[in-house]
Amino acid sequence: MNRSMRPLLATVAIFLVAYAAAVFQFPGLLSTRVLGNFLTDNAFLGITAVGMTFVIISGGIDLSVGAVIGFTGVLVAVLISSFGLHPLVAFAIALAVAALFGAAMGLAIHYLEVPAFIVTLAGMFLARGGASVITQDSVPINHEFYSTISSLYFRLPGGGRLSFVGLLMIAVFVFGAVVAHRTRFGSYVYALGGNTTSASLMGVPVARTTVQIYMLSSMLACLAGIVFSLYTSAGYPLAAVGVELDAIGAVVIGGTLLTGGYGFVFGTFVGVMLLGLVQTYIIFDGTLSSWWTKIVIGILLFLFIVLQRLVFAASARGDRSSETA
Amino acid sequence: MAETAFRMEARGVSKIFGTHRALDKVDFGLLAGEVHALLGENGAGKSTLIKILTGAYQPDGGEVLVDGEPVHLDSPLHAQSFGIGTVYQEVNLLPNRSVAENLFLGHQPTRFGLVDRKRMNRDARVLLKRYGLEIDPSSELGSHSVAVQQIVAIARAVQLSGKVLILDEPTASLDRDEVQRLFEVVASLKRDGLAIVFITHFLDQVFALADRVTILRNGKLVDTRRLSELTRTDLVRKMLGKDIAFSGSTSLEAQRPVTDVLLEFKGYGRKRSVRPFTLTIHKGEVIGVAGLLGSGRTEMARVMFGIDPSDEGSVALNGKPISIRAATDAIAHGFGFCPEDRKADGIFGDLSVRENIVIALQGKLGWFRALNRDEQLDLAGQFGESMDIRAASLDMPVKLLSGGNQQKVILARWLATDPAFLILDEPTRGIDVGAHAEIVRTINRLRDDGMALVVISSEIDEVVAYSSRVVVMRDREMVAELRGEDISPAVIVQAIATHGEPTPEETAA
Repeated sequence: MNRSMRPLLATVAIFLVAYAAAVFQFPGLLSTRVLGNFLTDNAFLGITAVGMTFVIISGGIDLSVGAVIGFTGVLVAVLISSFGLHPLVAFAIALAVAALFGAAMGLAIHYLEVPAFIVTLAGMFLARGGASVITQDSVPINHEFYSTISSLYFRLPGGGRLSFVGLLMIAVFVFGAVVAHRTRFGSYVYALGGNTTSASLMGVPVARTTVQIYMLSSMLACLAGIVFSLYTSAGYPLAAVGVELDAIGAVVIGGTLLTGGYGFVFGTFVGVMLLGLVQTYIIFDGTLSSWWTKIVIGILLFLFIVLQRLVFAASARGDRSSETA
Repeated sequence: MAETAFRMEARGVSKIFGTHRALDKVDFGLLAGEVHALLGENGAGKSTLIKILTGAYQPDGGEVLVDGEPVHLDSPLHAQSFGIGTVYQEVNLLPNRSVAENLFLGHQPTRFGLVDRKRMNRDARVLLKRYGLEIDPSSELGSHSVAVQQIVAIARAVQLSGKVLILDEPTASLDRDEVQRLFEVVASLKRDGLAIVFITHFLDQVFALADRVTILRNGKLVDTRRLSELTRTDLVRKMLGKDIAFSGSTSLEAQRPVTDVLLEFKGYGRKRSVRPFTLTIHKGEVIGVAGLLGSGRTEMARVMFGIDPSDEGSVALNGKPISIRAATDAIAHGFGFCPEDRKADGIFGDLSVRENIVIALQGKLGWFRALNRDEQLDLAGQFGESMDIRAASLDMPVKLLSGGNQQKVILARWLATDPAFLILDEPTRGIDVGAHAEIVRTINRLRDDGMALVVISSEIDEVVAYSSRVVVMRDREMVAELRGEDISPAVIVQAIATHGEPTPEETAA
């Protein structure tokens, strides 16, 4: 486990240094108010990234999550506003739809042996298109349940607010970490990322695990969609465009190997926080264009990919066996 | 022998692929508490038999019995439930996970539905100790040597199956000390009453470890014997087939005019591939290379041709030292190489016969002197005719041709470059009798035209028929160079089988 810890430690160190530097410049950043908003603002990204972590550890990729967020928002908004359903019923329906959607992608990836990239790309178009077919416009959600939940928060010392969605994100991370590191399912996910042939010879139920991984990712994206609709009190078919890439970025910056087999859910949390920090810093600065966020994320991503290559290339050199006849 | 108590048995199993009988009514019985070696050259049916025993293939005829009961094995996993575990040459574990997880994956101890890591690591430590491994169970598997990984794989297989252990070339990538360590583990498992099948190419290891041996050849059972009843020579003779006609000798007149030296390899070798060898090759000479599979025959050819560049020794062409760092160097010096695995390394299946023939010449000419279509057709036609390549059209994809014709295409490809030196690795494997004769005729003709050839073959009769000298390989080392009257099947078999001193020439005399 040791060498896979190194990128994670690097992420934590970079986050701490960056945060300290930011606080040095803007002391206001070191308040529970800012920290609370950190969690709230990034909740939907964090929840999505947990699912993405599983997918990437298993050696796959899920490009459909952003579209699933958009689709969920629209579906939930229409179910509540046009059909008059209670939000909880709408959530259950949306989660069921997402579960089926993820299962279908997992089945296609396993049985048709199509790369996950292609299958989930198709899934992305389907979900985004489906959302636009339901409605082209932003659908507002006016339901007292929504306003109740949105105003739920714990007051933190120092005037900060730990909102319901922020808490939900933390809960999802804890859930994800336990599943990844403490269950047989979790070990199967790592096994698939390590070597699929070996995994199947060792008795890992490859088909079932693959389906479960993509179901988990789609359902977490759906949950993120619900959180996003709570956050904006509306459903919009073009919401969360490109979030799949932010999620992949957060996962990789968090120390998960893009080729699979290594990674930590906690690392993804730090990755999401690092992305949030960059955004907050740029807002605090005020003079920088918000596009600088993208540049910094790009640099960070590049740095981490290089770092991982170095760490894994250095330790792989020793144990490569000789080729045989 | 009271061989009714077979732990596992295959009775008259056959397996057919297309028209090819990979296994033909083979019987195989495995006793508890024995190490049973399974021997045979490539294509003998070893791996097919193993795949039937492990459930990866289902037999087309005959039956498999475990403890006297007929069973139907659907998959390796299903076989595991009957107590049959397999360890493959390539370690099939997860290098990215901990040692303990590799031992228990799918069977991890749990508490309240969560994996109990403490207990898993404790159990792993106890288990590994039995195999003499004192390593941290929570360390990453990939950080350990192949030997340790191999032992972990055995521990997992025994843990989960516990009756029959199949070791499919487990020593192929281990060094001497590691092999020793593995043998100790296997010996102690044998004492525990496990039935062990052991597959290897190394005869020394067979004699060191096995109690009984089963030899396959061309999909048929040759013999099953106690090893104590066999000598090395018997064993090699059985593996290489028939009862070799011990009268046969070279068809060439003993006194051939000595021609100019073409190539001189001096102390030429490559670490972990082939030990340094010294070989002088004259113009108009065929050097036969004999040896069992895995003896370093192919490695020698690859080093000569620069596919795996040498890291020791020197080579001189016509008396001038040259350097061969890559296959392109070898080609530039007028070398040609027909590899052993025609389909994977030789032909371009989707390209036409014509393109397959001209490609080496085009490669030699380089980019700027493209052969136009007429020139290509001309060349292909000329060589197609002289090699008697039977293709409906020179523009048909070469993969549609029979094996023998594909081999002729590859030969034609090199002949088009007008090489001075040609290496043929198993040129007659898997081709029909007619094409076989054609290839042998071509070899003889090329030699008489003054070309130098190195021909690797498992067919000893064939080597004897066309070689002016025979080099014998064993354990990745050139162990004998036979000439004149020594070129006979008896001497070659002796040289392959002999362990250490005395030298084969002496014993044959």
